Amino acid sequence: MKMYKNLLTGLLLSTALAGCSMFGGDEQSSEGAMSGMHDGAQTSGMMDGNKYTGHPLDNPASPLATKIIYFAFDSSAVEPQYEAVIAAHGAYLAANSGVSVIVEGHADERGTREYNVALSERRANTVQNLLSLQGASANQTEAVALGEEKPVAVGHDESSWSLNRRVELIYPAH
Amino acid sequence: MKRMIRAALILTFLISSAALSEALKIEITQGVSSAQPIAVVPFLNTQSTSALPVDIAQIISDDLVRSGRFKSLSRFDMLNKPSSAEQVNFRNWQALGQDNLVIGKVIDNANGQLTVQFQLFDVYKGEQLTGFSIPANRSDLRAVAHRISDLIYEKLTGQKGAFSTRMAYVTSMQDLNGQHEYKIQVADADGFGAKTIVTSSEPIMSPTWSPAGDKISYVSFEQRRSSIYTQTLKTGAREKLRSFKGINGAPSWSPDGTQLALTLSKDGSADIYIYNVITRSFRRLTTSYAIDTEPDWSPDGRQIVFTSDRGGKPQIYRVSVNGGQAARVTYEGSYNARARHSPDGKNIAMVHRVNGQYRIATLELKTGFISILTDGKLDESPSYAPNGSMILYSTNDGLKSILAAVSSDGKVRQKLRLQGGEVREPAWSPFK
Repeated sequence: MKMYKNLLTGLLLSTALAGCSMFGGDEQSSEGAMSGMHDGAQTSGMMDGNKYTGHPLDNPASPLATKIIYFAFDSSAVEPQYEAVIAAHGAYLAANSGVSVIVEGHADERGTREYNVALSERRANTVQNLLSLQGASANQTEAVALGEEKPVAVGHDESSWSLNRRVELIYPAH
Repeated sequence: MKRMIRAALILTFLISSAALSEALKIEITQGVSSAQPIAVVPFLNTQSTSALPVDIAQIISDDLVRSGRFKSLSRFDMLNKPSSAEQVNFRNWQALGQDNLVIGKVIDNANGQLTVQFQLFDVYKGEQLTGFSIPANRSDLRAVAHRISDLIYEKLTGQKGAFSTRMAYVTSMQDLNGQHEYKIQVADADGFGAKTIVTSSEPIMSPTWSPAGDKISYVSFEQRRSSIYTQTLKTGAREKLRSFKGINGAPSWSPDGTQLALTLSKDGSADIYIYNVITRSFRRLTTSYAIDTEPDWSPDGRQIVFTSDRGGKPQIYRVSVNGGQAARVTYEGSYNARARHSPDGKNIAMVHRVNGQYRIATLELKTGFISILTDGKLDESPSYAPNGSMILYSTNDGLKSILAAVSSDGKVRQKLRLQGGEVREPAWSPFK
């Protein structure tokens, strides 16, 4: 148990370090590429009796476990069921000033590609603003707009499109 | 040959097995009744020692047919195969219903240099319309064939041929492990000789040609965020534009090659900026709180059209390159986006939504008259041929994204298939 706590401290420290270098300034350095974000270590929750002892971002009982927010067609409005999710992430960031998150916006394939990049950024900005309302500071969040370029579902109907209109909250150090 | 030629002609290309997976196959899905009959006789090879690496007459014939303006006589129907004017019996070609005849030969100059000679005849008048002797190497006979196609096309239609041009496009493939590979490729206008100029595991988009045709600018997410790169085709060397927080996208070259219009969101919402290539400075052109993106320069360099949802839905607007009030261009329909000027500046091609389906349409700038040219569900990225005759675009064949082309009058349609992956965002090169 104690060992795990040390591990967690180490994890947060590395998060803090990553946070420092990540979102500095207006201009991006060309060496700023972050790799392995999608295939980073995945921790799993360990129930100790009734007490959750895993990473808070993975607690299945917490809204923090939800990291994808879905949107209606051509809309960047957050639907009511995601308000608590975003509020929880905002509060988590406010309580952990060393943690940073990438707010990655996506669109479905309909319409033109660069317009969809802008539409996906608008979605990401909406979520980013809600995070800061909860006390997350500006240097803890970065909005990235990927448009329709990275679909999670590749079909050409609403069942795929609804999965692709999304904002993903990505904790790079997690 | 009447009315329409449907799924009639499939032109495959002789290619090396290594390049097989990346070859584009062009299929003409709709032709025109008014196509002119032309006979292109196989060129005589005067080299006794070796066969020519390409079939020049076949390349010319394929080029002309692909334009939709010509139909070509099968070699099997030719009564004889003349290679010099004295051998031509015009009555034979008249009897076969041909309007025009092309003959030619390749002469070996013994010093390793070749000369390609061709003549174009009017079969009914019995006279030569044009003819050239073109010096060539064995390695550039394909390019010479396209130049001959350009000369024939211009003589017979009055419009400059675009067979010697190229196209750039984005491909996307996924391997069995789910790993993505994105590329920009550049191929001849007939799909031959595709070469990859950049490969990435993260998305690449929005390739656009410099006006001199020597560089391609594009957007790459290789550093997780978008950045604009300009790459010199000959050397492969590339330069990253200074990038900003947020969107760095939608590059479009000014006709004189000194400026790039692009989209940045560093000051809040997506807006159009002008980057001066010489002074390396950025100037903000639009300031709306809405999305402004997808800029395109008018051929005279004075105006920029762009997509904006400042009125609630995406529509096309036009603004002076010096700034000022933008004027709305499109009113018909609830979705008009990504406009590209025709080479004469009179029309724009754009994505136009009709009943929930995204199609390529042209709009005449003077009158606002819209013509819908395609009938797909997810058509996008229109790009004019430099002579204005055709518009390349991407469409979905039900499974994946493929390239297609439509004549600017909507009468001729083609599909260009690449084996094994998605192909999108075609960009037709300028004339060299």
